Amino acid sequence: MKNIEQWNNPYNEDKVIAACGLFGIMDTSGRAFSGQDVVKGITNMHDRSNGLGGGFAAYGIYPDCSDHYAFHVMYLTPRAREETEAFFTTSFRLASSQELPTRKTKNIVDPPLMVRYFIPPDGARNMDFVDDDCVTRTVMHINYCIEGAFVFSSGKNMGVFKGVGYPEDIANFFRLDEYCGYMWVAHGRFPTNTPGWWGGAHPFNILDWTVVHNGEISSYGINRRFLEMYGYRCTMQTDTEVVAYAVDLLVRKHHLPIEVAARVMAPPFWEEMQRQSDKERALNMALRQTYGSLLMNGPFTVIVAHQGEMMGLGDRIRLRPLTAATKDDLVFLSSEESAIRLVCPELDRVWTPMGGEPVIARLKEKREQEAMAAVRSTA
Amino acid sequence: MVPRSAHQDPNADQVVQLDAAGLHYRQLNELVRATVAGGMRKIKLLNVHGQRYIGTGLDLAVDIEVFGTPGNDLGAFMRGSRILVHGNVQDGCGNTMDDGYITVEGRAGDILGLAARGGKIFVRDNVGYRTGIHMKEYQEKCPIVVIGGTAQDFLGEYMAGGIIVLLGLNLDSGEFHQCRFVGTGMHGGAVYIRGQMRETQLGKEVGVQELSPEDKELLRGLIMEFSGHFGYNGDEILSGTFIKLIPRHLRPYGRLYAY
Repeated sequence: MKNIEQWNNPYNEDKVIAACGLFGIMDTSGRAFSGQDVVKGITNMHDRSNGLGGGFAAYGIYPDCSDHYAFHVMYLTPRAREETEAFFTTSFRLASSQELPTRKTKNIVDPPLMVRYFIPPDGARNMDFVDDDCVTRTVMHINYCIEGAFVFSSGKNMGVFKGVGYPEDIANFFRLDEYCGYMWVAHGRFPTNTPGWWGGAHPFNILDWTVVHNGEISSYGINRRFLEMYGYRCTMQTDTEVVAYAVDLLVRKHHLPIEVAARVMAPPFWEEMQRQSDKERALNMALRQTYGSLLMNGPFTVIVAHQGEMMGLGDRIRLRPLTAATKDDLVFLSSEESAIRLVCPELDRVWTPMGGEPVIARLKEKREQEAMAAVRSTA
Repeated sequence: MVPRSAHQDPNADQVVQLDAAGLHYRQLNELVRATVAGGMRKIKLLNVHGQRYIGTGLDLAVDIEVFGTPGNDLGAFMRGSRILVHGNVQDGCGNTMDDGYITVEGRAGDILGLAARGGKIFVRDNVGYRTGIHMKEYQEKCPIVVIGGTAQDFLGEYMAGGIIVLLGLNLDSGEFHQCRFVGTGMHGGAVYIRGQMRETQLGKEVGVQELSPEDKELLRGLIMEFSGHFGYNGDEILSGTFIKLIPRHLRPYGRLYAY
């Protein structure tokens, strides 16, 4: 999509304003389940979207090649596919590729061609193994240099399925009922002044990060300038993008726990810090001094997911709704409680987090690994 | 189970059951209005799952009992109807309510009683952000919100009238309420807090007062009513320590916009 600006922001606004519906389910025991429940939940919030965008992120859906990078690529023209595949084959030895199975769906109008490619870890032609930065460069190249091609997702053992339409129609179009995964995140988009396009729908993805959000971030310009210094290209005029790049920078590159990344994006107020313990205040002050430009200002609720973790986070004064709930190993996040209740009437616990307080669901064995690592480090 | 279509029985005391499963909120609310037009005054809504604006657009007082989780703006603009919810309510419950009665056997989301102008709302458990924001009163029209649990931030923000009672019944002894910015921009009405709250949790526009005999009398009535709904011991609740929050001045932002 060379002229991606034109697609994303035809009226050249400083930011895309959107209200939306969010829904996420994770089975912290890692058990895979079908996409039906997440579709049922997001569909119940039909009125939170206006048909200009719907999308899903599914984790754990390619178990038999879980160490392969799974590219989901959208093509508007056959030429875009040729050019992208030529680029792919010069850089990688693809394990396999096929068109995404779809189903004719009434409300989905002239959908683009969707193809997925699997790249094995040793599939790089000019490097001994494929690493995250190499994949990020590949995604940036396709998205910004090849006209008519756009990468929906590029993580391992996961995929993003999105487009123009209501989420329930997008789910039917991509036959999500045929997939099973341990974590699903869904989004219904309500862009108010930009026409939807398939690449602009949520979730936004980089590597295995996916972000769905409800609201708008007025600090987009500041966040963008900071992130571009670290090589991230921001072109979507939407907070989805800066949140995804911010967590990628903070968690993957700077190795901060996702809880700390949440505190960078939605930090406590200065007056509150004065009342905190010295240790707590020192950390918060250091974060503000180091990552002040990654504070996300404005009303927002986001669900950020990557392998093994799903986090719900709202802005510091909670101007967008977020309800969390648990039932045995299942963790739910939603814009509305009723969507959770429809999928799971009896809940162990349901609550609304304070503004800036992340709700984090983590795979059990990941928690055990961290506990073991913590023990080792202190031993 | 009662068949989906409501059987029309002109007897006003007859309780009609309506199944909300799978209905869009427009369909459900039209069904409710049609049932009322058919002469019914008592309605039970079953399998409610997020339908919005339930109880709005009724120009005569109706008793609605909701089973399930109603959607946003339950009872918005309500004029005299009574709603009992067996479960939790979402954001905007009692939005700009003019008169009527909402009882919630559970918790409420954000902006409960936003800009309410009358009527009473009783919530057994916790409430979310900005409860009672922009509530107002006029002559004998005084909206009342009574909360059994605790609240999140901005309780009573920009209040121009009305009464909020926060009982903190689910707080352990000695545990403080956690809400901050309480009464920010408040310029009318009163907030009664049972339990402890630090000065730093209050908005700049709010002053703290001891209870007057009239306050105690008012609270007694409301707490007895609250206890009746949810099976609490009113006297026990009344034995707690209360403070009253009132606005310090009439136009807190007077100089902010006009100089």
